[in-house]
Amino acid sequence: MVLTPLSNTTVVVKGVSVMSNINRRKFIQLASGVMVAAGSMLSMPFLAHASGKRVVVVGGGPGGATAARYIRLLDPSIDVTLIEANANYHTCFMSNEVLGGMRNFDSLMVTYDGLRKAGVKVVTDMVTAVDADAHKVKTAGGMSIGYDRLILSPGIDFRYEKIGGYTAETANTIPHAWKAGPQTVLLRKQLEAMEDGGTVMIVAPPNPFRCPPGPYERASLIAHYLKKHKPKSKVLIVDAKEKFSKQGLFTAAWKRFYGFGTDKSMIEWMPASAVGGIVAVHAKEMMVETEFEKFKASVINYIPPQKAGKVAFDAGVADASGWCPVNKKTFESAQVSGIHVLGDASIATKMPKSGYSANSQGKVVAAAVVELLNGRDPSAPSFVNTCYSIAAEDHAFSVAAVYRYNDKENLIAPVKGAGGLSPADASDDYRKREVGYAHSWYNNIRADIWGT
Amino acid sequence: MMKSITMRYLLLSSGVISLFLFSPGAVLAGEKNVSMLASTCFGCHGIKGATQGPATPSIAGLTDEYLNLSMQDYKSDKRKSTVMNRIAKGYTDDEIKKISKYFSSQTFVSVKQSADTSLVAKGKELQKQYCDSCHEKDGALADGIGVLAGQPIPYLKYTIDDFQSGDREMERRKKQKMDQLVKDAGVDGFNAIIQYYGSR
Repeated sequence: MVLTPLSNTTVVVKGVSVMSNINRRKFIQLASGVMVAAGSMLSMPFLAHASGKRVVVVGGGPGGATAARYIRLLDPSIDVTLIEANANYHTCFMSNEVLGGMRNFDSLMVTYDGLRKAGVKVVTDMVTAVDADAHKVKTAGGMSIGYDRLILSPGIDFRYEKIGGYTAETANTIPHAWKAGPQTVLLRKQLEAMEDGGTVMIVAPPNPFRCPPGPYERASLIAHYLKKHKPKSKVLIVDAKEKFSKQGLFTAAWKRFYGFGTDKSMIEWMPASAVGGIVAVHAKEMMVETEFEKFKASVINYIPPQKAGKVAFDAGVADASGWCPVNKKTFESAQVSGIHVLGDASIATKMPKSGYSANSQGKVVAAAVVELLNGRDPSAPSFVNTCYSIAAEDHAFSVAAVYRYNDKENLIAPVKGAGGLSPADASDDYRKREVGYAHSWYNNIRADIWGT
Repeated sequence: MMKSITMRYLLLSSGVISLFLFSPGAVLAGEKNVSMLASTCFGCHGIKGATQGPATPSIAGLTDEYLNLSMQDYKSDKRKSTVMNRIAKGYTDDEIKKISKYFSSQTFVSVKQSADTSLVAKGKELQKQYCDSCHEKDGALADGIGVLAGQPIPYLKYTIDDFQSGDREMERRKKQKMDQLVKDAGVDGFNAIIQYYGSR
């Protein structure tokens, strides 16, 4: 590769093409940033096309924030606006440590300052309508924002209609705590207020859902808290499924730390076949009704069945499954062109709905969007996911995968012979190291997503 | 000259964009893939390989050779780890070379952490005596070996543990030095050295 010396001429060429869309002061900032970049590119007509391109990102979680930040890193001539309903974000990952009394709630908060620093325009507002033909989104605050490419990363919404008696209001007494924030605080307060001897019930949702090992990590860390402070209490998991993520590793940890399988177990797990389908939640009686039984508890954490976030439905990118089919090379919607959907809302088989998946997809979407806006073909994506679960103090395990895109089947498939779970027979030292690596992952991925 | 220009480009724009925006066709696709590959590592190892800690090591600014060897050793299970053996198997030899090249062209950044100040002076002295013949510049040298200065303290400790337990292979000369250190200064000697490197 030959990098020719910087040339003022190219900057001027670049400047002219950008000037029509940005003001002078911004041009000067931009020019100083792209000057080096503009070198050697006298013969690149696509640079002119790159200017004035507008991307709107909806949702400031891991998927949306990563995509927004990386587009700016990849091509600072692209105008990126991120629309997010909340002024700050609380990460779902590590929120189970808050429930277990191991972490301060405030430590989950990230601001959008890092994105602003990267040149992303952050708008605190809610998108109420998407006009895919006119390439515009409308917000509750009355804004109408045009785009050349729209990226939706709306996360999840709950299927309140699926279960009798559970509505958005019920969540004020029976928290789902499946979106970190006030719900996390509420559940933690309920755990603190509960008398020793009480039962904490976690109702685990059917597949597919956000963070597959999450309910079981939560059960572990609540049991960790109870063991220390309320040892006569227990956690009951009523599951809509027959099996769950990292099941062998979780149950081994439960046996070791919480007496699982004995009559003094602090954790009990009831699979769907044992309880029947979940029928209703009775908030007044603090009771969950299944086909076969009625379970009462002192604290109920009901994690409802899930679907893609609302804006995905407004935009027409969700299908009958409640999730969004996409071209897995670019994450462009299979239903509406010009709109990309990533993160939990997308059908990214076989990647799980995790924070790292959304981060990895965010980079792929950013690269694809930059390529498309510059009139080039997106290149082959590379994905990774590493997901840690903490089951007790000094005891964590992980699942990892490296993924490749299979264009024949439009599938993101894990590389065979790679990835997988932490070994069942790992040493205590190994498990302890994975706690340190889990916390490192948290710090590093936060920085990578939000630029903080 | 070539190298310094490349470095400037990488530093300017996260290593991705410059190559991407400004290189002609054929080269473009290749270089861009490198960044796509390498950026998948950021989630655990930090942006451009500079970790925020507390435990996962920085891989920015290590040499091409050392990174490539480490990944190959993880891939073949010659070197033990928690998750890296599983991850390394997901990449081809060519991809590992590209990833190594990418991180070797980044700048090493010391992790922010607090070391035990009461041990730092002793550690400085001991490492001069036992480590400095290979890990020159007080552990900051990256010449085909791992950088020790500024790595997370838990990681340094794990590494020593792995060498001591035999989980990680050691050259004969290195083993002699380590054995001598244990004999002369005991396990506390290692800890002092770790605290010193961690403080840098």
